[in-house]
Amino acid sequence: MATSASTFVPAKRRVSLAWLGLLPFFIFTFAFLIAPSLSLLLGSFRDSQGAVTLKNFFDLSMPFIRNAYWLSIRISAVTAVLGGVLGFLLAYALVMSGVPVWVRTGLITFCGVASNFAGVPLAFAFVAILGRTGVITQFARDALHIQIYQHGFNLYSFAGLSITYLYFQLPLMVLIMAPALDGVKREWREASENLGGSALQYWRLIALPILMPTILGTMILLFGNAFGAYATAYALTGGSLPLVTIQIGAQMRGDVLHNPGLGYAMALGMVAVMAVSIGLYTWLQRRSERWLR
Amino acid sequence: MKRGGFWGWFWVLFATAYFLLPLIGAFTFSLEMRRGVLSFIAYERAFADPEFWRTFLYSNEMALMTIVASVALLVPTVFWVHLRLPRWRPVVEFITLMPFVIPAIILAFGIIKVYKSPLVIGGFTILQAPTNSVAGTNVLLVAGYTVLAMPYMYRAVDAGLRAIDVRTLTEAAQSLGASWFTIIVRVILPNLRAALLSGALLTFAIVVGELTLASFLDRPAFGPYLFLLGQHRAYEPAALSIVSFGLTWVAMGLIYLATRGRPGPGQVGGAH
Repeated sequence: MATSASTFVPAKRRVSLAWLGLLPFFIFTFAFLIAPSLSLLLGSFRDSQGAVTLKNFFDLSMPFIRNAYWLSIRISAVTAVLGGVLGFLLAYALVMSGVPVWVRTGLITFCGVASNFAGVPLAFAFVAILGRTGVITQFARDALHIQIYQHGFNLYSFAGLSITYLYFQLPLMVLIMAPALDGVKREWREASENLGGSALQYWRLIALPILMPTILGTMILLFGNAFGAYATAYALTGGSLPLVTIQIGAQMRGDVLHNPGLGYAMALGMVAVMAVSIGLYTWLQRRSERWLR
Repeated sequence: MKRGGFWGWFWVLFATAYFLLPLIGAFTFSLEMRRGVLSFIAYERAFADPEFWRTFLYSNEMALMTIVASVALLVPTVFWVHLRLPRWRPVVEFITLMPFVIPAIILAFGIIKVYKSPLVIGGFTILQAPTNSVAGTNVLLVAGYTVLAMPYMYRAVDAGLRAIDVRTLTEAAQSLGASWFTIIVRVILPNLRAALLSGALLTFAIVVGELTLASFLDRPAFGPYLFLLGQHRAYEPAALSIVSFGLTWVAMGLIYLATRGRPGPGQVGGAH
């Protein structure tokens, strides 16, 4: 750090030395964040012999890879929409419907915990209730005489993984929606009623347009959240559900594509999807700040 | 306003049931190891495994090192941005948010790709491949965790610094002859205690059960251990999942206490 630069040094000299203070940060993030990303980027333009090529990006359309992306996109979309809608309804119930404050505080704190409770322990908790010998599976069999696994349910499948993902998706929606709903002013509703507006008109013309950027933005954030998830899916399905992250994991373990460059291109495709979703989220979040402060 | 109303309570009860079922289910499941009776034998067995303690201790050490590294890296950086380089704020902020775009698995992929070969300049090996040594891999793991925790840590430090008058404090310390090191360690850090505690606990919650980086870097951490245990045992993994949930609860509860009434980073986080 620039120890010689005191507050009273002339402006020109201060500018020329002050950036040195950020050097450790830039060196660290370059070494462990930017260089690894750039390395994947450069690697995706190389074929197996090391020659420059664009073929890897065309090869992303191979059925095997296309299906992996499509599966990841579907599961992320389903859990984002379900988590978004249910999370919005829960946040609304907590903030607007007048349930006691302790219920609200308790559930929001729980959401903070649940949105961090993911990966291996989360997968195992769901195995313990919905696995083949799980508590709910046994209860349904013994008390209700329903063999849920013979009726097409399977925890280690699309539906099962979606239910598991919702355990961190729904709380994340609540954590972001609740403060936004707090920002909806009571005066707006009163003004609408004074002008003769019905409840439906209030929602359709005032509240929803104001909340929409936050709702949509957060759903997009949930999409990215599920799209990048690896540990939960791997711990639950052991790699049998071919999501993009699972396929990239398999590629890292032992070059299953027989082409390292294609693996890097696959990783880059993921980063592109994530970048678009986080970018949209940030943009929509900024828009919503105009009204909800 | 009316107290609750039918739909308000309906959604609250629905959510509570969904949130609690896996926990209650996993808990009762973990008690059923011995047929016909409820017992804590699964917990006894899980805790009796020396491998559990070894991996759990290892993950806690890594979490501690990640917290120290994050604080050492981010506090001076964000302090400097607040004090001298406000124009650089968007750049720094952008970089700290990048881990949101780069999932853990991609980060592991990139880090291994870069650091699996030695650094050779002009025919001389400057640095052996970090992935070939235990110390090197540990450094990579802590560095990776620091990156994963950076968005949360940055927000914690930034919110903490916004809440205090950095310029006045710094000038007061300077006029008393304090060095930069003294200013950061004895003036800024104590003022950031609450913010740093919440960032640190969130980092702890992310790191201790983490699977992706630890397993691809082949480190003996708690996440991979729990995963392997789940491959051939039924009851012990459920017991350890409950323990791990309890730890997350403790961490979040402490964050809540530490940041009550103060601007904090919130509790949004996680490595899924």
